[in-house]
Amino acid sequence: MSPPVMNASAASAWADHVVVLPIVLPIAVTGVMFLLDERRHRFKAVLSLATVVALIGIALVLVGRAGTAPEVYRVGNWAAPYGIVLVADRLSAMMLLLAGVLGLCALVFSLARWGRAGPRFHGLFLLLLMGVNGAFLTGDLFNLFVFFEVMLAASYGLVLHGSGETRIRAGLGYIAVNLVASLFFLVGVSLIYGTMGTLTMADLARRLAGPTPGDLALFEIGCAILGVAFLIKCSAWPLGFWLPTTYAAASAPAAAVLAILSKVGVYVVLRLSLLLFGAGPSEGFGQGAILAAGLATIAYGTVGILAARDLTRAAGYAVMISSGTVLAVLGTGSDGALAGALYYLVGSTLAAGALFLLAEILQRGRDPVEAAQPVFADEYRDPFDDADATEIGREIPAGVAILGAGLLLCTLVLAGVPPLPGFVGKLAIFSSLATGAITASGWCLIAVLTLSSLGTLMPMVRLGILNLWVPHDGSPPVLRLSELTALAGLLAACLGLALWGGPALSYADATAQWLAQPQAYVGAVLGDAPGATP
Amino acid sequence: MELVLSAGIGVFTAAGVWLMLRPRTFQVVLGLSLLSYAVNLFIFAMGRLTVGAPPVLGAGTDSVFVDDPVTQALVLTALVISFALTALFLVVLLAARGVTGSDHVDGREPHQGEPHPGNPHPGAPHP
Repeated sequence: MSPPVMNASAASAWADHVVVLPIVLPIAVTGVMFLLDERRHRFKAVLSLATVVALIGIALVLVGRAGTAPEVYRVGNWAAPYGIVLVADRLSAMMLLLAGVLGLCALVFSLARWGRAGPRFHGLFLLLLMGVNGAFLTGDLFNLFVFFEVMLAASYGLVLHGSGETRIRAGLGYIAVNLVASLFFLVGVSLIYGTMGTLTMADLARRLAGPTPGDLALFEIGCAILGVAFLIKCSAWPLGFWLPTTYAAASAPAAAVLAILSKVGVYVVLRLSLLLFGAGPSEGFGQGAILAAGLATIAYGTVGILAARDLTRAAGYAVMISSGTVLAVLGTGSDGALAGALYYLVGSTLAAGALFLLAEILQRGRDPVEAAQPVFADEYRDPFDDADATEIGREIPAGVAILGAGLLLCTLVLAGVPPLPGFVGKLAIFSSLATGAITASGWCLIAVLTLSSLGTLMPMVRLGILNLWVPHDGSPPVLRLSELTALAGLLAACLGLALWGGPALSYADATAQWLAQPQAYVGAVLGDAPGATP
Repeated sequence: MELVLSAGIGVFTAAGVWLMLRPRTFQVVLGLSLLSYAVNLFIFAMGRLTVGAPPVLGAGTDSVFVDDPVTQALVLTALVISFALTALFLVVLLAARGVTGSDHVDGREPHQGEPHPGNPHPGAPHP
């Protein structure tokens, strides 16, 4: 359609392509990985580590550049409403960085043993990251569906990684639920296309701002069905009963990286509701429902964590509480509180990931892992048939003390106790909600969040005592170097978020303000604004 | 044609939902397939129904009487994805059957003495 604009120098033309790299790089490396023999797992591990490090670097570049205007990448140089666009704005860049950090730590953790527990772990892992990155970057609804499916297909493989009866049974439910959610997604997308005639998010926002379409009700029904699909993915009550069982059954590195998966659902709900329903004919559509779903999710997650009898289930419920908090804050419609919620989202996701890793180490010596029967003879490798001597890394002395400290940090972040990011985020939410005329929904949210802090702290202390102090028959937990590195990385990221809380919060604040002005996004994507490249 | 298409979507959906709620995994797979057929037809219908209209403009085609090619592209993509994921689900189903020895969705046969929807009061004597 539009002729290529080649007024930039060659160097900056190359720099524009950075936006597409978080998608192209992992899928290219995955392609190479599937060609390699399974016995070369050391090479594969190095290759995937290098890729994820590169992804973090790219995300850092995008975070740095996102300060001014969003970067719009037109795939194939087709103009926006006709072609697919990738948009890297503040929110996308932040989520890309979060996914990269979580992915790197989970991958480092898997070096000790889980990476060899089944075939094609590294390929699936990179494919998952590619889907997640694509979902964060895309500016087109149907393209979002494709990235969602890539991400989910890889996650099915990762949930089953390591095999065993518990995983297969949990995976069966997980796959069935997500296939149905994908059908909801398709129905919603096609209804939106049928009524509005476009699938580019920015174009949808522009058409909504124009003359009111005749079948607005049908469009809103489509959006509601689409919303149900995303609420299933971010495990909002009553659509999220699959999450704790699935995450508890998955192997530790897979569960840690799946923690970002439920945040993809939260991200899309955030993006679409602020873009389409911030103003215009259907202003505030679905806000009440999102608030109610968020509050109910926090309450359900708190009750679940109180009832949890092991750490992995508790971590699953913590993921639910964190998603519910962001949804509920979005439902109150306060921009300042949304900034706090974004900050809280990053901190709590990192902590939940760390908790999955910790829980696996602590429970390893306790419950002998079920001896899985081979189902497909050519696929199966016992994860623990390697002698200890062949495992990478040394055992760390005083492992229990380090694990105890790690568990303490995770608890502080998840329960929102000072001085860690959980507290800072919740405080930012509370102070924004409490300034000016405080609404009933604001009071409700403050009450539920405070109770959920208490409800998280108590069971976490109980589980900590049970896992660290109570003597038991099994062997003491053994911490390996790569596992320690992964844990230290996640917890250091949490601590850094608290130490550099000022810059982080102001970034979140600017993100929330940017999201509150969808006209700038629409202008950048549809080419009305200068600086839209390439 | 509208009536036939909408009735078809409705029947597929109804049968799919019923099968999805059945206790055996194979029925669940069939239900999912039927539901995805219904959804694909629905996407197709969202591009408006026309007879004999080409979706791609050529040299001699009428530029007013054309079909919407976008929904056809969407259906094609959705079709491929749902087909692939159903195949994946079948593999997991077979694995579950192999590991648990049962094709029940719970991974085990319901016990005789346990309450289940067909027999809510197992202890009560039969009349």
